[in-house]
Amino acid sequence: MLLIPCPYCGERPELEFRCGGEAHIARAADPSAVDDGAWSEFLFSRGNPKGLYAERWNHAHGCQRWFNAIRDTASDRFVESYKMGEKRPLPGGE
Amino acid sequence: MAGVNRLPRGGRIDRAKPVSISFNGQTLSGYAGDTVASLLLANGIHLVGRSFKYHRPRGILSHGSDEPNALLSIDRGPGKIDPNNRATVAEARGGLVTASQNHWPSLNFDVGAINDRLSPIFVAGFYYKTFMWPRRFWDRVYEPNIRAAAGLGKSPDGPDADRYGNRHAHCDVLVVGAGPAGLAAALAASEGGKRIILADEQAEFGGSLLHDVTSTVDGTAAQDWAAQAIAMLKARENVTLLTRTTAFGYYNHNHVAMAERITDHLENAPDHLPRERLWQVRAGAVILATGSHERPLVFADNDRPGIMLAESIRAFVNRYAVAPGRRIVIATSGASAYRAAADAHAAGLAVTVVDIRLEADCGPEVAFVRQKGIDVLTSHTVIAATGRKRVTGLIVAPLGSEGRVGARRTLAADCVGMSGGWTPSVHLFSQSRGKLRFDDAIDAFVPGQSVQAERSAGAARGSYDLADCIADGFAAGDPLTARPRLAATPSLTGFQPVRILPTDADATRVRAFVDFQNDVTAKDIGLAVREGFESVEHVKRYTTTGMATDQGKTSNMNALGLMAGIQGKALPAVGTTTFRPPYTPVTFGTLVGPAKNALFDPARITPIHGWAKEHGAEFENVGLWKRAWYFPQGRETMHEAVARECKAVREGVGIFDASTLGKIEVVGPDAAEFMNRIYINAWTKLKPGACRYGLMLKEDGFIMDDGVVARLAEDRFHVTTTTGGAARVLQHMEDYLQTEWPDLRVFLTSITEQYAVIALQGPKAREVIAPLVSDIDLSGEAFPHMTVRTGFICGVPTRLFRVSFTGELGFEINVPSDHGRAVWEAIYERGRAFGITPYGTETMHVLRAERGFIIVGQETDGTVTPDDVGLGGMIAKAKPDFVGKRSLARPDIVAAGRKQLIGLVTDDPSLVLDEGAQIIDDRHRPVPIKALGHVTSSYWSAACGRSIALALVAGGRERMGETLYVTTPDSFAAARVTAPVFFDEKGARVHA
Amino acid sequence: MRRFSLRTLIAEAFNAHQGWERQWRNPEPKPAYDVIIVGAGGHGLATAFYLASEHGVTNVAVIEKGWLGGGNTGRNTTIIRSNYLYDESAGLYEHAVKLWEGLSQALNYNVMYSQRGVLMLAHNVHDVQSFKRHVYANRLQGIDNEWLTPEQAKAFCPPLNISRDLRYPVLGGALQRRGGVARHDAVAWGYARAADALGVDIIQNCEVTGFRRNASGAVEAVETSRGTIKAKRVGVVAAGHTSVILARAGLRMPLESFPLQALVSEPVKPVFPCVVMSNAVHAYISQSDKGELVIGAGTDQYVSYSQQGGLHVPMHALDAICELFPQFSRMRMLRSWGGIVDVTPDRSPIIGKTAVPGLFVNCGWGTGGFKATPGSGHVFAHTLATGEPHPLNAPFTLDRFRTGRLIDEAAAAAVTH
Repeated sequence: MLLIPCPYCGERPELEFRCGGEAHIARAADPSAVDDGAWSEFLFSRGNPKGLYAERWNHAHGCQRWFNAIRDTASDRFVESYKMGEKRPLPGGE
Repeated sequence: MAGVNRLPRGGRIDRAKPVSISFNGQTLSGYAGDTVASLLLANGIHLVGRSFKYHRPRGILSHGSDEPNALLSIDRGPGKIDPNNRATVAEARGGLVTASQNHWPSLNFDVGAINDRLSPIFVAGFYYKTFMWPRRFWDRVYEPNIRAAAGLGKSPDGPDADRYGNRHAHCDVLVVGAGPAGLAAALAASEGGKRIILADEQAEFGGSLLHDVTSTVDGTAAQDWAAQAIAMLKARENVTLLTRTTAFGYYNHNHVAMAERITDHLENAPDHLPRERLWQVRAGAVILATGSHERPLVFADNDRPGIMLAESIRAFVNRYAVAPGRRIVIATSGASAYRAAADAHAAGLAVTVVDIRLEADCGPEVAFVRQKGIDVLTSHTVIAATGRKRVTGLIVAPLGSEGRVGARRTLAADCVGMSGGWTPSVHLFSQSRGKLRFDDAIDAFVPGQSVQAERSAGAARGSYDLADCIADGFAAGDPLTARPRLAATPSLTGFQPVRILPTDADATRVRAFVDFQNDVTAKDIGLAVREGFESVEHVKRYTTTGMATDQGKTSNMNALGLMAGIQGKALPAVGTTTFRPPYTPVTFGTLVGPAKNALFDPARITPIHGWAKEHGAEFENVGLWKRAWYFPQGRETMHEAVARECKAVREGVGIFDASTLGKIEVVGPDAAEFMNRIYINAWTKLKPGACRYGLMLKEDGFIMDDGVVARLAEDRFHVTTTTGGAARVLQHMEDYLQTEWPDLRVFLTSITEQYAVIALQGPKAREVIAPLVSDIDLSGEAFPHMTVRTGFICGVPTRLFRVSFTGELGFEINVPSDHGRAVWEAIYERGRAFGITPYGTETMHVLRAERGFIIVGQETDGTVTPDDVGLGGMIAKAKPDFVGKRSLARPDIVAAGRKQLIGLVTDDPSLVLDEGAQIIDDRHRPVPIKALGHVTSSYWSAACGRSIALALVAGGRERMGETLYVTTPDSFAAARVTAPVFFDEKGARVHA
Repeated sequence: MRRFSLRTLIAEAFNAHQGWERQWRNPEPKPAYDVIIVGAGGHGLATAFYLASEHGVTNVAVIEKGWLGGGNTGRNTTIIRSNYLYDESAGLYEHAVKLWEGLSQALNYNVMYSQRGVLMLAHNVHDVQSFKRHVYANRLQGIDNEWLTPEQAKAFCPPLNISRDLRYPVLGGALQRRGGVARHDAVAWGYARAADALGVDIIQNCEVTGFRRNASGAVEAVETSRGTIKAKRVGVVAAGHTSVILARAGLRMPLESFPLQALVSEPVKPVFPCVVMSNAVHAYISQSDKGELVIGAGTDQYVSYSQQGGLHVPMHALDAICELFPQFSRMRMLRSWGGIVDVTPDRSPIIGKTAVPGLFVNCGWGTGGFKATPGSGHVFAHTLATGEPHPLNAPFTLDRFRTGRLIDEAAAAAVTH
């Protein structure tokens, strides 16, 4: 079970969290202006890399806050977590 | 003295506490401190089981948890019988009933041993090559026979009478293994007050020192040093000591799972104790002091009962005071076995040593035992063992130059110890995903780069000398403080790796076992490599080596070495298999713990649950909730009860517990804007005090949830959701609020459990509550359908909704949960004069279906749009955006021919269709027939006097009046397409 | 290829089994192939076999980063069934089941397809509706699937606890008698041996590092750790690693890769006669020929390539198993492991073209790929041979995520596979 660094509460066990998938996928300000291809990219396409991955977490059974975290999907090691709206740290930055 | 082979002195057994157990119906005696294995050996019993495939007679190979052969069924009382217990781990205690496994009719005479005769055919992977003809025979003939022959013991057939516990723990340092390195590590780590857990799988701490009666540490006997160390640790409050506790799994982020065995060794266990307890430890750092495993030697018939690991002989003699034989031959390729020889000799047993190594390659160990008078044959190979159900001797031969095998001679023996060197126990390290490194000097994989906050110590990292182990333990436990090295008796270490012993026999015929339990021989490995299985994983899977219940603890290195040898590669080039949890098998019960029966999934109940139960309700599970399904009276069937309840609501008044509906308060200056974005509806113009039915979509455009929303104030909405969707909806709202629209000033609060909700429905509903309500004008003009008022009922504050999911005049009375039952009872009491009838979810379903109201999850299934269910008109056209809007414009969502909600009335009005039944337009088409859709809801409608159904049908709204055909359990039924409303089509009754 | 049979087996018994050949060669890659398949799991090897056997395309290489059959093929719980809801899925999986039924003979390799029956349990009113919907749909599709009462379910699977007092009592079940299990490794090995015999090169320990494209943008070669290999068409069949490989062709896929865990018990004598799946309480169980109870757990919630998930996932699976089969409480977990499953948004596979001409993909099988192995390989071989989908995989395009024509079995049934 992962130990997840909530930027508000500190490290907590995974059971308290819900994973929200890839982070930084922007929802268009005006979706009606987006074509079907781009909309399906937004809805469904994911980086899914083996390596560093920015993903969304919700501390559902804790502070209820959503935040982002960088995790290495090859080792499951968390590199960093940061609050919603904060810029993604540089790739590989620690 | 208990047992013919019990030594007169010594051992850690308690001779003051005799115990007796039963083995295959025979009563045997031993002492407290015995394992079942040592007790059997003390009684001269070596034959304890039959092997998996060939049903060969097998004995006890080891003295610990790496045992592959001695697996017994153990009966500890009613509901407490289980198979495949390692005799070398199970502690002997009074009342144990043990039995050997995998034989018929008896251990001594086993018909299955025919497989051994057929072994030339039953080689690795033979089943892939045959049993293919005739085709139908696989299921009916071959497989049942293969299955009957396979398997070890028998599964329990009744419920488990034991309980299991579960504990979570945090510590600064977890030390796994309490041998010399682990004890030293725990001592060092705990000095500064850090929280330490020390866990060991054995009944006592001490590890290898438990059978070391000759070494000294720091000038004192090694066992005394261990005892002092344990006493010191016990005295420290910051140390938790766990014996009989196996760390079996090393997971992410230093999450280590351990199984503690608590009562199996107790004859009269107190009732309050669980049998086993799962420890889930989150450790700051982990020290793995898990020791090492001895390797067997691979030679013909090396599996005969009486042949065991050399160190195990030492353990049985020293720790259990048992003579595993009177005439022992020790075959070895390394030094450590000489200590076993010396100790057995010291116990008065006849010992001969056969060493594969050239005399010149041996160390001082040879002189050490020769001076005691032990015969040592260096530069000798073992050709084969003799004997069948018990070893009778070893055929040995001198090795000449260039590996020439000289003349055979037979050494008589009733017990053989073998030692092919040592393998560090790197299982947990490997589970932690640390990278293994091959160390040529000790011919073994050792821990390399750590990936988690972890360090191995002692023999687990290939450090076999006692003083080294202790020093390494100190360093692991406290790397910052230099401690003086404790002097200790030098251990006899070093061995020459030998994969298979040289023989003068036809190597293609020799049956030398590598994996004892799974009956994998050296030539099986050769066959696999010959057939192109080159990787470790392939060979493992093709031959099944390493896949038995011991997970290859004794066999892996020999198998790898053989593979490397055959392929002419260096061993590390072959690689190693990945070690998987658990380290040793763990009972399901331990992993389940208390999560069974009611605690399997805790039920959610409403404040009115008790009342419903007292009034005979049947319940259904909806998500985690228990909901009253219907209220049968007397001997009523569900059908009769529902018909009665429906009639009562339509004609009088019914009362329904709607407390499980999800409730969320959406509050803040931007609440209406937030609602606009989340729901398909428009909210801006909804006046405070008004209600609206809301529909929300997922971003993919499909219906997610629905429910009535009341606007309590400009900035406050009381949202209701489906019962099962409450958590999902809140999560969905929070997600958008926090991540997409953080600028909106809105707060979301779940109030599901703050309110009990009593639905009062039917023409007489108003009359029933009128005298109970204060501060609210209940008249139709002042309080019309789809509005909300706040006031009091029975003196309790209420949010009173005038809404209806039944099509009747109705109210949903929200009161604080604590008052829910009292208010319910007051209404019920008042309603008796009006024939008030409690009804359940089934009646609710029928009533809403009569009116054509959908249920999300029944009419919809995650692939349905608002237009599909005829609710497209609810979409606020003026809104530029809401969640899911864009997806509704995708090509296949706007295409013609989508499934649409319609009503179906069967030609036979008494026929109630099956929900889920499929719909076609021509019943005479041959299979496969493309279905047009399916029945989503179907009921007997008392109000309509006939059956009714809702269905999703391709192009359904264009098919009004058409006759379609619906599957029935054995045929089709004709039904006519109608609008999806069957009663009060204009919806007038709610305004009564 | 030396045929396997009882006769050859006995003959070899007298020859100390010295005469068996390699089951497949270990060839060096040629400079060019007509078709390169990336990934030597069951699906990729089956594709190669059907390319060679059905389409006469034998100049084929299957390249594999590790060892053939070392991914999900050898890590699953081997459940085979075809009682899916939608015509598209049912058609594809039924195609596979029909191939399973003759696979041992077709490959001359005993894959031990055991039609023990797959029983899916209903625990609530919604399940009952959903399963009846499946049963009726399957009837129209010509696929066997029958509804059982709790008592009938108990008769079919005697260890099952049908007490009404269970937290989630069994309300019935849907039984597909032709469903069952097979020996997973044998499927990979059998296809490998048969494909190799038809001339297919299986190149192990060869990692794809990139794709080379010609002036028109079409793929013309695969760059690997063992050099560049030309190909007219390339099919990526890499399961959990599909996103990683296709990223090297600049493609971003509607896929997420999750850990999926499973475990086995210690082996015991026959005690469990069929396969039982319970989606409501998340339990999947059968007994292997060896006697182990084979138990499937769920996926972890996050993307990971570590092949290791959290302990709470198998714990939850065992909670459910011991609820339905309390007598197994004293059995022991022998081994647990994880695979990496690539999951699409609608939980149905993608089989067909990518945006890069000449580059095809077969992925997204999620937790249910093993059962489809022969059918998947068969239709993908057709796609690679002709450049166009077989009618059975035509609906499983990548484009459906754009148009909205999803094939969402999970949403329709609240079912994981």
